Amino acid sequence: MWLLNSSIGKKLIMSITGLFLVFFLLFHLSMNVAAVFSGEAYNMICSLLGANWYAVAATLVLAAGVVIHFVYALLLTLQNRKARGNDRYAINARPKGVEWASQNMLVLGIIIILFMILHFSQFWYKMMFAELMGNHMVTLCDGVTSVSPQDGAAFINYYFHTSSLAALWTVLYVVWYVALWFHLTHGFWSAIQTIGWSNTIWMNRWICISKIVATVICGLFAIITIIFFLNGVGGDCAAACAGL
Amino acid sequence: MDKDINITLKVWRQKGPKEKGQFETYQLKNINQGTSFLEMLDILNEQLINEGKDPAVFDHDCREGICGMCSLYVNGHPHGPATGATTCQLYMRRFHDGETITIEPWRSAGFPVIRDLMVDRYAYDKIIQAGGFTSVNTGGVPDANAISIPKKDADLAMDAAACIGCGACAAACKNGSAMLFVSAKVSQLALLPQGKVEAARRAKAMVAKMDELGFGNCTNTRACEMECPKNISVSNIARLNREFICAKLKD
Amino acid sequence: MTQIDSKIPQGPLAEKWKNYKDHQKLVNPANKRRLDVIVVGTGLAGASAAASLAEMGFNVLNFCIQDSPRRAHSIAAQGGINAAKNYQNDGDSVYRLFYDTIKGGDYRAREANVYRLAEVSNSIIDQCVAQGVPFAREYGGLLDNRSFGGAQVSRTFYARGQTGQQLLLGAYSALSRMIGLNKVKMYTRHEMLDVVKVDGRARGIIARNLITGQIERFSAHAVVVATGGYVNTFFLSTNAMASNGSAAWQCYKKGAYFANPCMVQIHPTCVPVHGDYQSKLTLMSESLRNDGRIWVPKKLEDAKALQAGTKKGKDIPEADRDYYLERRYPAFGNLVPRDVASRAAKERCDAGFGVNNTGLAVFLDFSDAINRLGKEVVKQKYGNLFDMYEEITNDDPYETPMMIYPALHYSMGGLWVDYELQTSIPGLFAIGEANFSDHGANRLGASALMQGLADGYFVLPYTIQNYLSDQIQVPRFSTDLPEFAESEKAIKDRIKKLMSIKGKESVDSIHKKLGHIMWEYIGMARDAEGLKEAIQKLKDLKKEFWTNVFIPGQTEDLNVELEKALRLVDFIEIGTLMAHDALSRAESCGGHFRTEHQTKEGEALRHDDKFMYVSCWEYQGEDKDPVMLKEDLNYEFVVPQTRNYKK
Repeated sequence: MWLLNSSIGKKLIMSITGLFLVFFLLFHLSMNVAAVFSGEAYNMICSLLGANWYAVAATLVLAAGVVIHFVYALLLTLQNRKARGNDRYAINARPKGVEWASQNMLVLGIIIILFMILHFSQFWYKMMFAELMGNHMVTLCDGVTSVSPQDGAAFINYYFHTSSLAALWTVLYVVWYVALWFHLTHGFWSAIQTIGWSNTIWMNRWICISKIVATVICGLFAIITIIFFLNGVGGDCAAACAGL
Repeated sequence: MDKDINITLKVWRQKGPKEKGQFETYQLKNINQGTSFLEMLDILNEQLINEGKDPAVFDHDCREGICGMCSLYVNGHPHGPATGATTCQLYMRRFHDGETITIEPWRSAGFPVIRDLMVDRYAYDKIIQAGGFTSVNTGGVPDANAISIPKKDADLAMDAAACIGCGACAAACKNGSAMLFVSAKVSQLALLPQGKVEAARRAKAMVAKMDELGFGNCTNTRACEMECPKNISVSNIARLNREFICAKLKD
Repeated sequence: MTQIDSKIPQGPLAEKWKNYKDHQKLVNPANKRRLDVIVVGTGLAGASAAASLAEMGFNVLNFCIQDSPRRAHSIAAQGGINAAKNYQNDGDSVYRLFYDTIKGGDYRAREANVYRLAEVSNSIIDQCVAQGVPFAREYGGLLDNRSFGGAQVSRTFYARGQTGQQLLLGAYSALSRMIGLNKVKMYTRHEMLDVVKVDGRARGIIARNLITGQIERFSAHAVVVATGGYVNTFFLSTNAMASNGSAAWQCYKKGAYFANPCMVQIHPTCVPVHGDYQSKLTLMSESLRNDGRIWVPKKLEDAKALQAGTKKGKDIPEADRDYYLERRYPAFGNLVPRDVASRAAKERCDAGFGVNNTGLAVFLDFSDAINRLGKEVVKQKYGNLFDMYEEITNDDPYETPMMIYPALHYSMGGLWVDYELQTSIPGLFAIGEANFSDHGANRLGASALMQGLADGYFVLPYTIQNYLSDQIQVPRFSTDLPEFAESEKAIKDRIKKLMSIKGKESVDSIHKKLGHIMWEYIGMARDAEGLKEAIQKLKDLKKEFWTNVFIPGQTEDLNVELEKALRLVDFIEIGTLMAHDALSRAESCGGHFRTEHQTKEGEALRHDDKFMYVSCWEYQGEDKDPVMLKEDLNYEFVVPQTRNYKK
């Protein structure tokens, strides 16, 4: 099967799973935007995405996307290291025009995955997973606060606004977004390039679009997180903006 | 006006493919900055021979930037710090008095070291042998003007065809990928009606050979493009991907 | 005296080649598989011949000294390739291309060969286009042409400034296809050191594996030498560093005639020599002469100031500039053929008007073109050349005029071949620059590529069959034959002797001395006294080499110095033969200029009554003077005239 055997096939798998994850990020972002304006709206989406069969199926697909993207990243990196040979250059200079991110995608990816584990433990594990386990109330990490797994707004409020560690979480999440930004600036156009949907003119356009996409996704995530920190879910928007 | 400079050279010396190599340090005095980089190495070798030592082995031939033979990794760059130029087109003006210059061979599993700075690049020939041609025999071809080709396509094909097969792309690539080289040939022929006939077959065969020979996977860092002495564009890689994926989907 | 038979077919000029092909003997497909052909060299001629022969069904063994067949020096040709397509509707024809080439060669080439060359030129373009060579095109999608020196029509096809590269890569791709199909066995980094004769026929070669240093034997039914020219005899030339004359020279020593060795071409537009550590000279495309104007100062004091560096080219006022080509040759001006332009530059510099610190350079000035066309247009046309020039010299040609000087470029002379491209040794063929055949005493621009590909694609694959057709009963040869052993032993002895000298001089330093002698006495202008002196000096140099050269390293190992030494041994001998040839040809023609034989205006003076022949040199043994045989040139169709580029 050429998709699994050939170098371009493997790259295509990286490319398609990567693009899929970008679409998921856009979807997730729209949920978060809703939360800024209304906790109820957010919770409505959360309940839709609870322990329903389609949400579980979508989650599995999503998980598969992440796993495949990550496993292939490791696989390709190992192959590439072998192709590079055992002797390394004594002097390495990054040529002008080569983005730093493009040479550090695996490192960035690992950083992103580590934060994902944090994020899952804070949210998904206590929301969809808890619901699937049949729990109706979950206790958050201060050991006191107890909320319904469907009340996503409460989670957000807790972690980013009311918890004593809110400032720490906010900073960590922003760091995560920065890593994600770097990963996306290269990843998005690289995926398009791998599909072959590029030429001399579109190359620079895609690179530009790539930066815009990365900035929109990571920028909005970051702003929203900071708004949560300042105002909590569905807080007064004007106040939030003034707070920024 | 060109001055005379003194430099320190750190040159990779390695007896054979299986043996361990190391850097040797040499001092060169009064090198005129109008000297080409390879002439500077000639001077070094003359000096070594006069001392009864073995000269440093490096590939070079035309010394005007077209044969693709020269292949030195100078101060962290394939073909040295100049852009759009081969090692033989590099002049000592790029270096200053007292500078230490580190010279290494191409390092890539696809290009094993033969001796010192000389590597074996026959893998690139093997990739061309797998499909980098049009299957026409001598004679019996139509008149040259029988098929008109848009100037734009002919120019793009020429851009890709300018590749000199030096191997700087794979040497620059942190993944040891030969995609720029392969894509340049696939692009050149895919852009011309004469080559289109076999385009699908060619893309598949050349990529398969490239993979078989153990070259790495492209991650679009563009280091190849930035270091290519002939400024071959990575848009060719996009075209190769397209050609390859379409060919496979049609099967 | 031996009668030299060039085997020119009977009949009218335009029908000779057709008649030949109609009546030649062929080899049937089943028998082709049983016949082995060795092709040495992978340039335009070698690669195209190896590919074409393999396509026909012969077993081909192909050799090159570089790491890949794609690196042969044909790749460096810049300008273009001629063909009589008449796509521009400017009155071109096969006859006109034939006539221009004969005239350009100063009437010292064989009519029948040149006509055949012009005839097959059109097929070359067709073939290359079918291979995917990206020739320049017009907006209508059809092929573009440019004009070149020595012609009044636009018949030169080109691919930017890299025509040689693109044509070679075309031939290389055809060759690669055959290697992939196992029809050609490719030996890279192998250098031919001898041709092996069995019963008077060429039956194989001895080659040195340049990686291991092993001496290896190869046998075949026929041997084709396509190893290029020998102008690296001069040390400094536009040829690649490894280009050498050794393969052809070994053929000569085995009995093949060497024809017109003194005919070498000196290209007028090269970057001047800048120091004694210089390793080679860089050609600036001849196309620059289309828009650049060549000049030196009129006043000697200005030249002195330029040489001292106290003045720059742009400081010399217009009235004090001597556009000497326009002055001497009003009709062709800066576009006179290469030999004429080179000699004129030398004449001015010898008179003290040279413009750089060595006094050996003239200006090539684009200020007029920049004023007339604008900097942008000039940049579009020549930008890459200007950049290259600036990188080499650190001077900006948009601001100050370029400096150029002539340099050795091409050898018209080479192994003597008959109409079938067979040398005087049966079964040994020579094609491309390695033979002498088509350019006479001077080669026109864009004709070398044409000849290499004509020989390789369209001539040799036919004519070699005429020879091989009676070889079909001959079984494959064993390389254990005593002839192979003998040849191998001779080579090993020579290498042993070289390695044991352990003298004080490096190979390059002796090669530089050879270059100085060649340039001084056998260069652009020659005279009897100097040539005699040169023969003596070369004899001394040979002795110096064999007593004082130092070669480090091991014999059976990668040893670059040993490779160079083996080539230099032959270069010294080639230089000596060139001197003999130049001495015997007491006339001036094309690239060969004898100062005793010039008109009052300093133009070349031919003596058609005495020298209308090809000089074919026969080897007589080590340190014996060679003997010259003559192949008379009978011009049946063209009347030789004095070349006139004045009006």
